[in-house]
Amino acid sequence: MLNVENIVVSLQSGLEIVRGVSLRIAPGEILGLVGESGSGKSMTSLALMGLLPPGIGLSGGTIALDGTDVTRLAPHQRVRRNCGRMAMVFQEPMTSLNPVLRIAEQIEEAVRVHDPGIDPTARARELLDMVRIPDAAHQMRAYPHELSGGMRQRVMIAIALACRPQVLIADEPTTALDVTVQLQVLGLVRDLCDRLAMGVLFITHDLGVVAQLADRVAVMYAGKLVETADVAPLFRGPLHPYTGALMACLPDPESDRPDMATIPGSAPAPGAIPPGCPFSPRCARAAAPCRAGPVPRAQGAPGQTAMCHFPLTERAPA
Amino acid sequence: MGRYFLKRTGAAIITLIAASIIIFGFIHLIPGDPVYVMLGDGATPEQVALLRRRMGLDEPLVVQYLIWVGQALQGDLGQSIFFQTPVTEVIREGAETSILLALITMVWIVAFGVPIGILSAIRQGTWIDQGLSGLAMLMASVPTFWVGLYLILIFAAGLGWFPSSGYPSIFEQGGLANLRYLILPSLALAAPNAALILRLTRASMLDVAREDYVRTARAKGIRPARVVLRHILRNALLAVVSAFGFTFAALISEAVVTETVFALPGIGRTVVQSILRRDYPVIQGVILVTVCLYLVINLLVDLSYRLLDPRVELE
Repeated sequence: MLNVENIVVSLQSGLEIVRGVSLRIAPGEILGLVGESGSGKSMTSLALMGLLPPGIGLSGGTIALDGTDVTRLAPHQRVRRNCGRMAMVFQEPMTSLNPVLRIAEQIEEAVRVHDPGIDPTARARELLDMVRIPDAAHQMRAYPHELSGGMRQRVMIAIALACRPQVLIADEPTTALDVTVQLQVLGLVRDLCDRLAMGVLFITHDLGVVAQLADRVAVMYAGKLVETADVAPLFRGPLHPYTGALMACLPDPESDRPDMATIPGSAPAPGAIPPGCPFSPRCARAAAPCRAGPVPRAQGAPGQTAMCHFPLTERAPA
Repeated sequence: MGRYFLKRTGAAIITLIAASIIIFGFIHLIPGDPVYVMLGDGATPEQVALLRRRMGLDEPLVVQYLIWVGQALQGDLGQSIFFQTPVTEVIREGAETSILLALITMVWIVAFGVPIGILSAIRQGTWIDQGLSGLAMLMASVPTFWVGLYLILIFAAGLGWFPSSGYPSIFEQGGLANLRYLILPSLALAAPNAALILRLTRASMLDVAREDYVRTARAKGIRPARVVLRHILRNALLAVVSAFGFTFAALISEAVVTETVFALPGIGRTVVQSILRRDYPVIQGVILVTVCLYLVINLLVDLSYRLLDPRVELE
């Protein structure tokens, strides 16, 4: 069970990129973290792993796995400790594997750390079978450049599974893949999550992917979570106008409108976040209270909350 | 692998042919008649005619070139005008010193440049890194002869640990113990080159450290030392290895200052003296051999690339 409370990620200058994010992920549950580029979702995931790039650090909050706070450990110990519990799959399968090492070596390396007693080659075989790589014995001897994008992403998942994670963090793992391959990888993630009772934090900017895959959804905007809900109620009735606007942007095959909807304006950069509700400058429903002061938490269906003065379930302010 | 080798060798042979034409043309580009240049103004017409016939200069250019190449292929680069011995003999004498000097220098460059470059990269931004970078800048900018003279002053004249000059062939007398004559010159020659390799290693390590696959390696939970050695260093060395090749070739052909300071009978000094003596066959011969050396080293670097980087075969 991963319990993230109020984490803040900031630059050395003090500029906050992630401004107090709280998440919970239960075993066997897929939490979809949705947001535009620059909303802080990747930084949130790197902060959980302890892999923030130099110059960016976790400056507040706690990350607890089964009750132990991992933020207190030194960075590399934390990666190590985390790794038995959390593992990560990255966005770019083309560059995330070491080009000069065979697939087998890259998986076995992780096996040796997390399963010291067992035969690494046999375990690597088993992992490649788990991620449904055909002809695993042969593919193990391949170098990354000899595999397709989908196959490389499966290898990345195999490496993550070698860490026997309780929580798998997947940062846009399918964004760089073809649509058909994307579906296969999503199916694989769902299946592994169920089979291994593993929690999954699935980061994406694609609401369509979330609708297919996730159990619960967290919507992120300008470094904060604006709405959290189970997937079904969210798609039936979003609370936050930003979530609503994102859904309006999904192409609807039954609509006659040829143009696609967009959200006017662009997401604020860190450091230029407006006071009050960060979405207020782009929000059609925004009124005076939205532009200053704290934003209240609105409740919707069971488990559904949003940070909004005037949620979509209520009448718009006059 | 086989095809790759053939392709690279083919390219090397074409380069060699082009270079040989330029080297051959060189003697004809010199202002005036090469025969007069060689014999001086006071030569009699009989002497001129004799030398011209001996050098084959009365034949058409193409024939001259083919004769020259044909002889070179049989290991005959002509006669030295000054020594009156075969050019190959002159080159062989200088080559022993130059090759051994370059090899020992390479040992210092690899032994100091690479590990210190790694240390500098790991400690990026700390006082260790800044100190080492400053030292490297100093080593790269101080002239070799100055370093050489100080080494002689301290370790030869002062402490008496090493001889200050000369190099007797290990094949004639003294055997491998003669290598001690090359210790100080190789250190002087290594200083600026090791500094460059140090900077290159550091820069390359820092480049690779930003790669996605290094983050993947960290995410596996393997020890930081292993991330550095297995994931960063191996990829960073790809850039450094090609520099090794060029450095080695340059050490042989450009060590003339060091050879002069330490009075070593190397190739560099042979060339400079031959230029002063207008001993054209020797100059031509040395340039041709140097070109071959560069080509062979390049070929070896390309092949080692293939062993270090599995992607090369496809490109």
